[in-house]
Amino acid sequence: MTEYGPLLPGVILLVPAASAALLALLRDHRLAGQLNALASFATFLVSTSLFFTRPEPGPYLIVDDVNVVFIVLTTFVAFTTSVFSASYIAHELESGRLAPTYLRFYHAMYQMLMFAMNLALLSNNVGLMWVAIELATLTTVLMVGLYRTPAALEAAWKYFILGSVGIALALFGTILVYLAARSAVGEGLDAMAWNVLVREAPRFDPHLLNLAFAFLLLGYGTKVGLVPLHAWLPDAHAEGPTPISAVLSGLLLNVALFAVLRFKMVMSANPGALAPGPLMVSLGLVSVLFASFMLYRRFDIKRMFAYSSIEHMGIITFAFGMGGPLANFAGLLHMIYHSLTKSAIFFAVGHIAQIKGTQRMADIRGLTVSHPLLGWGLVLGVMTILGLPPTGIFMSEFLIITSTFARAPALAIALGLGLLVTLGALLARLNGLAFGEPHGTDAPSRASYVPLFAHLVLVLAAGIYIPPALVAWFQYVAGLLG
Amino acid sequence: MDRLALDVAHLLAGGLVLVSFMLLYQDRMFGLINIFALHALVVSLSVAWQAHIQSAPHLYITAAIALVVKALIIPVALHHIVVRLGIHRAIETVVGIGQTMLAGIGLVALSILVMLPISAEAGTLTREDLAFSLSVILLGLLMMISRRNAVSQVIGFMSIENGLILAATAAKGMPLVVEISVAFSIILALTVIGIFLFRIRERFDTMDIHALDRSRGGQQ
Repeated sequence: MTEYGPLLPGVILLVPAASAALLALLRDHRLAGQLNALASFATFLVSTSLFFTRPEPGPYLIVDDVNVVFIVLTTFVAFTTSVFSASYIAHELESGRLAPTYLRFYHAMYQMLMFAMNLALLSNNVGLMWVAIELATLTTVLMVGLYRTPAALEAAWKYFILGSVGIALALFGTILVYLAARSAVGEGLDAMAWNVLVREAPRFDPHLLNLAFAFLLLGYGTKVGLVPLHAWLPDAHAEGPTPISAVLSGLLLNVALFAVLRFKMVMSANPGALAPGPLMVSLGLVSVLFASFMLYRRFDIKRMFAYSSIEHMGIITFAFGMGGPLANFAGLLHMIYHSLTKSAIFFAVGHIAQIKGTQRMADIRGLTVSHPLLGWGLVLGVMTILGLPPTGIFMSEFLIITSTFARAPALAIALGLGLLVTLGALLARLNGLAFGEPHGTDAPSRASYVPLFAHLVLVLAAGIYIPPALVAWFQYVAGLLG
Repeated sequence: MDRLALDVAHLLAGGLVLVSFMLLYQDRMFGLINIFALHALVVSLSVAWQAHIQSAPHLYITAAIALVVKALIIPVALHHIVVRLGIHRAIETVVGIGQTMLAGIGLVALSILVMLPISAEAGTLTREDLAFSLSVILLGLLMMISRRNAVSQVIGFMSIENGLILAATAAKGMPLVVEISVAFSIILALTVIGIFLFRIRERFDTMDIHALDRSRGGQQ
């Protein structure tokens, strides 16, 4: 295994890139769906091997303790989503919402997005990471506009404009980081490499770093969907194909947050630089409170869960902003659980919207009666995302609130308020969706339940038991995050 | 550093800010596109000059890309789109030109105040170029929020990218990967924009972003 170790990051990138090219040529949509899932599975398998072998960091790619968690999570959710996508897309094709020509494009873009996200996570170069995140943005823009309805086009356009401006600000921040590093490290690739940046950060000019972080936080923060930069997120989630909503919420937001975290590590290594924590805490808290109140006025089911994603990204940003081993540990766990749960919810929602032929919540009723498996899947997913015990999210939210309470009680109370408000909003909606007399069309469902319940079972099980080795490892990573 | 080298670099970067201001007060579509071509020309000259004084030949590639793609191909294509789709030739503004220009002056002052003290260590040339490029970026943002139609928003966005290229070249010795990627991403971005412009036209009778707002679905 070890002799192939250095090749692994390359393979993780090559598999999606090659499959994207292949899928662009493949006409048979059934085969394309299977190949998409197969390629995602292969990428996932290769990425798990990163646990056992750790290639040396090169000038462009790096595998370290921080990004392994993200890579394995990304490739896993990408795989389960591709399984869901196969059945979802087949239905879209039958109902005529999607033309077969667009399907080739869709599958190629899916793998392209995986390539871009894996590249962003694996890159050891701040510039390369920026390129990867830009590429991920462009591919998702194209996919959000896939249905070509006026609403989808508006969503894609808004996403494109806001995402590009965010990405432009992030590039300016990246250039400033290079300038800050140049005086200490010297010109060339070293001044952009993560491992060198973190090691040499104490010698950087703190003023330049401060300014750079302001741009980076705003730029990548747009991609994370932090309030007030979130305007693109609900539209993009609601109007695109549901597998893309799942990948956006579950993965792409994390990748952008990962970029912020990397820069936060550089900032905290420099004693003279501004503490990045308070900025992240305030952005996170504002996002949680804003999103929780906005949840009451949602009428579209996908839009509602998009606001819930804003809320959870707020919680995670808040946790990493608080910093320290315990809050970071809770933030990491929460990020993983949120990815799994939110994508599971979108799997359920995707099938529900297909069966009912609408995303309006007023037209969806009594799901547990008409479609028990799907209905209870949704109930379970919403209970989990609300952080009810004994799910994993309960544990991570509990850890975030208690660790905050010890240091800043006022913040913990504000965060708790946001969580309670969310609880009220989602429970009220869930009651209408899941229970009561069935309403609307009653087509039989041919959903793929495996990805949905696999995610939920993982999160439930994690709330009860996490292997000690995993806990120790997460604690170690949390320590690194500073 | 050679006094002349510094002065020319300064002149070109300052010129870019000036052209950004010219973009702000255009009220005709073709005028706007032509001024954008000028913007790209100035940035390409500026990058070429940096390549010369830093003896960094790879920057000539960036300059050439800026010249060919942004000063020639994109303006021609935009001309074509405007004619083919019969887009309104007059540009609607959200705020009056006067206020926009005043806000622009404020933004330039702000970026000089922010950048000059902070980057004192980085050397005169880098420092001033960074201040100018931040001005160009902020002016581009201002243009994006003060214009209603899609073409001028796209041009505003591309002028931001020009400002970024200026910043990237001013950061001496920054690895090639970034410059190429910026140029490359612009080409990518343009294909997206092109697709979108056509799709928008396909579905709506106007390229006015407000028409998009009217059709926003799903919310209520």
